[in-house]
Amino acid sequence: MSGINYSEKIPNNVDLASNRTLQRALEHWQPNYLKWWADMGPDKSTSFDVYLRTAVSVDPKGWAHYDYVRMPDYRWGIFLAPAEAGRQVNFGAHKGDTAWQEVPGEYRSTLRRIIVTQGDTEPASVEQQRHLGLTCPSLYDLRNIFQVNVEEGRHLWAMVYLLHAHFGKDGREEGEALLARRSGDADNPRILTAFNEKTPDWLSFFMFTFITDRDGKFQLAALAESGFDPLSRTCRFMLTEEAHHLFVGESGVARIIERTCELMAQHRTDDVAKLRGLGVIDLPTLQRYLNFHFSVTSDLYGSEVSSNAASFYTNGLKGRFQETTIGDDHRLESAQYPVMEVIGERIVTRNVGAVTALNERLRDDWTHDLENAIERWNRIPEKHGIGFRFKLPHKGFHRRIGVFAEHHVSPDGKVLAEAEWTHRHQQWLPSAEDRAFVQSLMGRVTEPGKFANWIAPPRQGINKQPVNFEYVRFG
Amino acid sequence: MQTAELIRQHLIDPEICIRCNTCEETCPIDAITHDSRNYVVKPEICNNCNDCVAPCPTGAIDSWRSIAKPYSTAEQFAWDSLPAAAEDAGNEDRPGDIPEEVARFAAAASQAQGGTAPPPWSAAHPYVGLYSLARPAIATCAGNFRLTAADAGSDIRHIVLDFGTTAFPVLEGQSLAVIVALAGGQHVRMYSIASPRNGERPGYNNVSLTVKRVTEDRDGKPVRGIASNFLCDLKKGDQLSVAGPFGSTFLMPNHPGANLIMICTGTGSAPMRAMTERRRRRLALKEGGELMLFFGARTPGELPYFGPLMKLPVDLIDVQLAFSRVSGKAKEYVQDRMRACGGKAARLLADENTYVYLCGHKQMEQGVEAAFAEICGVDWNAMKERMRSAGRYHVETY
Repeated sequence: MSGINYSEKIPNNVDLASNRTLQRALEHWQPNYLKWWADMGPDKSTSFDVYLRTAVSVDPKGWAHYDYVRMPDYRWGIFLAPAEAGRQVNFGAHKGDTAWQEVPGEYRSTLRRIIVTQGDTEPASVEQQRHLGLTCPSLYDLRNIFQVNVEEGRHLWAMVYLLHAHFGKDGREEGEALLARRSGDADNPRILTAFNEKTPDWLSFFMFTFITDRDGKFQLAALAESGFDPLSRTCRFMLTEEAHHLFVGESGVARIIERTCELMAQHRTDDVAKLRGLGVIDLPTLQRYLNFHFSVTSDLYGSEVSSNAASFYTNGLKGRFQETTIGDDHRLESAQYPVMEVIGERIVTRNVGAVTALNERLRDDWTHDLENAIERWNRIPEKHGIGFRFKLPHKGFHRRIGVFAEHHVSPDGKVLAEAEWTHRHQQWLPSAEDRAFVQSLMGRVTEPGKFANWIAPPRQGINKQPVNFEYVRFG
Repeated sequence: MQTAELIRQHLIDPEICIRCNTCEETCPIDAITHDSRNYVVKPEICNNCNDCVAPCPTGAIDSWRSIAKPYSTAEQFAWDSLPAAAEDAGNEDRPGDIPEEVARFAAAASQAQGGTAPPPWSAAHPYVGLYSLARPAIATCAGNFRLTAADAGSDIRHIVLDFGTTAFPVLEGQSLAVIVALAGGQHVRMYSIASPRNGERPGYNNVSLTVKRVTEDRDGKPVRGIASNFLCDLKKGDQLSVAGPFGSTFLMPNHPGANLIMICTGTGSAPMRAMTERRRRRLALKEGGELMLFFGARTPGELPYFGPLMKLPVDLIDVQLAFSRVSGKAKEYVQDRMRACGGKAARLLADENTYVYLCGHKQMEQGVEAAFAEICGVDWNAMKERMRSAGRYHVETY
């Protein structure tokens, strides 16, 4: 069944009406969710009519229905990708078994933790971004952040559905706790560190959607391989929504680079003070933001060598990125994988059992994806005849988790003494001054077709609408 | 009106694409692939089902080019950006815009009128480009009837398309584009609509087309017209993709007392039928105005709508038929019929409430112009220019 029943209180394609207990539980959670949205969703936005994309069915044709919606009226619901007939567990010890429609008892707490950890990131990012609408660089961008926000909200719904449908009372309690934690709260913070960081400006937002939402993509892709079929189907549908967030990030930073390069070429200068005087963000500052977000997000993958990751895999709960397209035994009983470690002042690579290095492997897949995207950014200065190239820092740079946590590593991969790090790290990470400068650019542009000075307009509008379309109407 | 061959290739804009893999994941027939650089559409597999278009987060997937030979996947892998704008088919899929090729064919078709003409001042406002090549309307064939005699050499058909609950508002003189999906692209042809604005059957959401099955080219060499054969082979209930409506000038006047001189050959009769039918349905309103039709064909058996034409009341329309291949009779072309009726035609031309429509093969232009020059008795070029700029002279030839 691919159609979504919008006449029900909770739109869904999981035949919710046939399970009254579940339906009642979710209908009980729904007002709490809406209260959370009212408290922690985009600031002062409830009366805006936003040109949003809503799925009216999960098949390709019904995927993107565009219309003006007030965000509290957005039809959040439960959508699973269509079931794949005869699907099996495709990796680990259970490889070849029929995929599970119910949670295997022995993996219950592990799966619950995986789902809660993923689910917690969704409302967290909405909370992190909630004030950005007040400083939007254009109506187009305002619409995009709202689209990202409502879809993060829907991802929370997706995870809460799994908790309610498959984890009984525990799951319902977790559902409430997901609405109770707050990003950055000292007493009741979100689970993962990166989701307690501030997203104070639009550059941070674009970097976050480019880098951290890409972590989301790789985590979801690994969970989409899960032997627990409802999780797999949920994540597959979420991936399609996640792609939009990556687009917002990649194109957002690209437009900032474009605008800076334009002025660099026009004024024949790469002088930072002069460029800042012209009201654009200099490329070295963009590189420092990139370094920061890359390193903080790297930590989300966890330790290089992890017995948890190994058991998730062996037990068929979480696969590798594009597991089924990899040509190996899908059990990893004897395969090796290279991980780094620090010995004295040297960083060396050693092979470990591949099944224990799955965090590292997923981090490497993500890094590779980022490198390709950054190469696309690099075509922009190149096009303007500017020699600057963006580059990801070394994976050991500025880490808090894993083998590099106790070391200081420069972006080009040198192990540094404490003193040298203290002396130099401000060259590599955004300084208070950088952040203050970026913050100083944040105004609010809401005239259709107008853009803040520090960002170029997009190449095309949303859903083929013109760039000067009224993407948000203020009530 | 028919147009030249077109292959429309589905492509991905590498400058906008973020390589998220959504399209490859979505494609039901594995027509999308990628390397470390680009995502590309395999031209030999893609059938333009458009399943990938809505889920694409960037719009990069909604890129199309008109080309003679599709770009191979190897060529596409090497791109940093789509091919140059010179080959660009434009933003044809933006609702409300007119596809570049539609504009080009319209310009070529109306060349003989001597420049852009405005519509008649009393024409109704047309809807243009509601459905694009990338986002077409779906129509259902509601009927397909042969118009030419069973023994006639040409197979001309009256095809009725029903739009169900999809809005496809048309005016007499407008056209639509029929889209035939081919491996590696689309084949597009434009056809004038042969029915009046309120439907082939009044009150129904349908239109009719007049389509000649193309079996040979202009030089008589055998060739199978892709779109015409697709249409002529349609069975009741078959569905097809349609873009349009197109055309904002070759429209009929709506004010009482307006006269129409219509000159056509073959399937060029389609807009004339639409206008005539519009006036026939309003006959009881006694709005006045004369209709005069010059219609040429090789034989009566090859003249589409011959039977119905003969039944039209004489107080509605003056039908002048010219046949060029009737054995035992001298060849007669439309311009000969025009000269034979010169007095009446001259009187109508001099009336500023008279509007002239010419539709058919390009070959007829010269003869018709020469006939007008003789009939009008003044400087025809100057008169044509005056009529054109007043929206009173409209040409659509192919």
